[in-house]
Amino acid sequence: MAKKFSHETIEKNSILLLVLTLIVVAIGGLVEIVPTFLIKSTIEDVKGVRPYSPLELAGRNIYLREGCYTCHSQMIRSLRSEVERYGHYSLAAESKYDHPFQWGSKRTGPDLARVGGKYSDEWHRLHMEDPRAVVPESVMPGYPFLATTPLEYRNVKKGLTALSLAGVPYDEDHIDNARADLEAQATPDADTDGLMQRYPKAVARDFDGNPAMISELDALVAYLQMLGTLVDFNAYENADFRQ
Amino acid sequence: MAVSGTPGVKLPGTMTTAAWLVALSLIAGTFLSIVIAAKAQDAPMAAHAWLFAFALSAGAMTLWQRHFSATARGPVQAEDGIGYNDGVVKAGTIATLFWGVAGFLVGVVIAFQLAFPVLNFDTEFLNFGRLRPLHTSAVIFAFGGNALIATSFYVVQRTCRTRLAGDIAPWFVFWGYQLFIVVAATGYLMGVTQSREYAEPEWYADLWLTIVWVVYLLVFLATLAKRKEPHIYVANWFYLAFIVTIAMLHIGNNLAIPESFTSSKSYSLFPGVQDALIQWWYGHNAVGFFLTAGFLGMMYYFVPKRAERPVYSYRLSIVHFWSLIFLYIWAGPHHLHFTALPDWAQTLGMTFSIMLWMPSWGGMINGLMTLSGAWDKLRTDPVIRMLVVSVAFYGMSTFEGPVMSVKAVNSLSHYTDWTIGHVHSGALGWVGFVSFGAVYCLVPWLWKRERLYSMALVSWHFWIATIGIVLYITAMWVSGILQGLMWRAYDAQGFLEYSFAETVAAMHPFYVIRGLGGVLFLLGALVMVYNCWMTILGRVRESEPLPASSPSAAPVGALQSA
Repeated sequence: MAKKFSHETIEKNSILLLVLTLIVVAIGGLVEIVPTFLIKSTIEDVKGVRPYSPLELAGRNIYLREGCYTCHSQMIRSLRSEVERYGHYSLAAESKYDHPFQWGSKRTGPDLARVGGKYSDEWHRLHMEDPRAVVPESVMPGYPFLATTPLEYRNVKKGLTALSLAGVPYDEDHIDNARADLEAQATPDADTDGLMQRYPKAVARDFDGNPAMISELDALVAYLQMLGTLVDFNAYENADFRQ
Repeated sequence: MAVSGTPGVKLPGTMTTAAWLVALSLIAGTFLSIVIAAKAQDAPMAAHAWLFAFALSAGAMTLWQRHFSATARGPVQAEDGIGYNDGVVKAGTIATLFWGVAGFLVGVVIAFQLAFPVLNFDTEFLNFGRLRPLHTSAVIFAFGGNALIATSFYVVQRTCRTRLAGDIAPWFVFWGYQLFIVVAATGYLMGVTQSREYAEPEWYADLWLTIVWVVYLLVFLATLAKRKEPHIYVANWFYLAFIVTIAMLHIGNNLAIPESFTSSKSYSLFPGVQDALIQWWYGHNAVGFFLTAGFLGMMYYFVPKRAERPVYSYRLSIVHFWSLIFLYIWAGPHHLHFTALPDWAQTLGMTFSIMLWMPSWGGMINGLMTLSGAWDKLRTDPVIRMLVVSVAFYGMSTFEGPVMSVKAVNSLSHYTDWTIGHVHSGALGWVGFVSFGAVYCLVPWLWKRERLYSMALVSWHFWIATIGIVLYITAMWVSGILQGLMWRAYDAQGFLEYSFAETVAAMHPFYVIRGLGGVLFLLGALVMVYNCWMTILGRVRESEPLPASSPSAAPVGALQSA
């Protein structure tokens, strides 16, 4: 090198400073993020994970809307104390249809990754009405309005369409039947054959104890009751998940 | 165009071609907003579209009004010969004070909601889940963002010895940013959220912020480009890195598919594990570039200026600038230890977080050592005390951060209040105090007052807020470590010792202490608002023995001896 490099060159040229800065800050993100899209083992190959049913998706949107993620994680870490408290550690595959993810960052309340089936619908109803009625130590806000607010779902097809554009495998069949599937899942004794075929393991019942109306509580409880229930962990050895 | 009083040039403030284009865009935006409002799929979208229509049309009308008042006023001569654009800096300073108090207040409310859940009132609009993003966005983006915009506009003009580029553009940045804040905040209360931490605003607010931010970048760059100083001052490197990196992060993290163009709901483009990684690439660097690089820019101007000493080491500022911005970006995955994110990414995140300790302390050392030869000012000038303590808090939290990023520590600290305490030692101690220090400098400089209304009140603010911070972070250390230990405690039979509910009950006293700490911090901010307000009114508190100091007026070396 004939001429010694001097930082002066950079600090006398605003465009050069801008371009170099942009290059320097782009590297880390590219190196970390791009491979996760390319390396196949990032997401385990397990059976059972399926896209959310329309009712579950509506419930999930209520979960987002109320900011539940500010206090509840959905990510069981691979630590003994967590696995014993909450169940099998979470797999990447279990959130592969989550747009956005809901792993959370804070546990003011417990992890909810496997809360599905842990409590009865009745417990959830009481808990949402008044958390301290069932857990005296709880600091959770009450959500009594969920049971009395009818679920707004005229956009449910649009939601599935948007998700299919983002890569969730909803096909025409799913989208065309979205409304019917949503209603069937929340109505007792409805014809659920189509729903079950499109969304295996979906549970259809009147979740909020009020058959007269599909409420926001119906959707939220349907979502909570399916969390973590899709993968049958008895069918796998731990070694299957090693990355 | 920008420099006033030049004969033969159009009157400043009258309509130019550029102004016409801006006005037409605002009118077009108004019509688009009205169409969206009419076709809106949901109530929040309708409300926000009307808000946009109102704000954009108000903007267009302001241009008109500006034109006619400029014609009536005639040419004005700039007092300093350069014609610094300080109007927008004044507005930004006032906005900083306003949003600061608002954000701290919401923080106090949600702190007490966790201690006394009855304060959620079981209502949709005021529950913790909706108020928490309101608090984080209000303090980071409304308070911090306005402080950064105001100080960057002040600093870039002074250090480049030129007027801020653009005529309408700086004001567009200011008001456009306030509009973003109001849309975001009202959206949270109505339940409009992407659920991405510190990036909760929905797609249309994100698009609007993108426009505002690009204009901000252009104003800043164009001002740098027409500088009268050969070198770009170090503060501006940090401001520039902050602006351009936030643009990159904001666009990358907010890629989403709306349900429709008339719906407030969107779905993230990325799934699960990648979405988590991208969110924390953003989230950690919102800390790294918004709350660190930007405020380091602030430090690099206000600390030397107030201390009237040169920056300690030029070489150190070069080394720590480039290493800081390079390393920070990698650190995001430390938010995802032991999760379903691949191990290699977690390890990379941890490794770079530990390395990040060094450039962080490079900044701290450069800030603190700038005081060499002027340490006596700590005793006489409470503003410099605030600035120095902010740098000390920066050093402390950037040491704590790497420690918490170590997997073994993180397995205990993650998901607990320790993280909250860590964030607040940085946010209250570093970001808060350096901004307060800058505001205390700026108010007398901008409004051309000899000094602040009261230095004693600055001292009161300093001590009240410091005690508040100490209460806050110690309460969170204890509650965080306690809860982490309780979660993993085993009894003699080998079963988990505590139910989750028991660990929640154990948090109560610390949540009360934390809330009280927050109250003190808020009180301190109210004292500051009063002090600044009296200064703006031109009052000086009688019977104050403290020496007055107005460094902007005094050249280096001409200061009264302490």
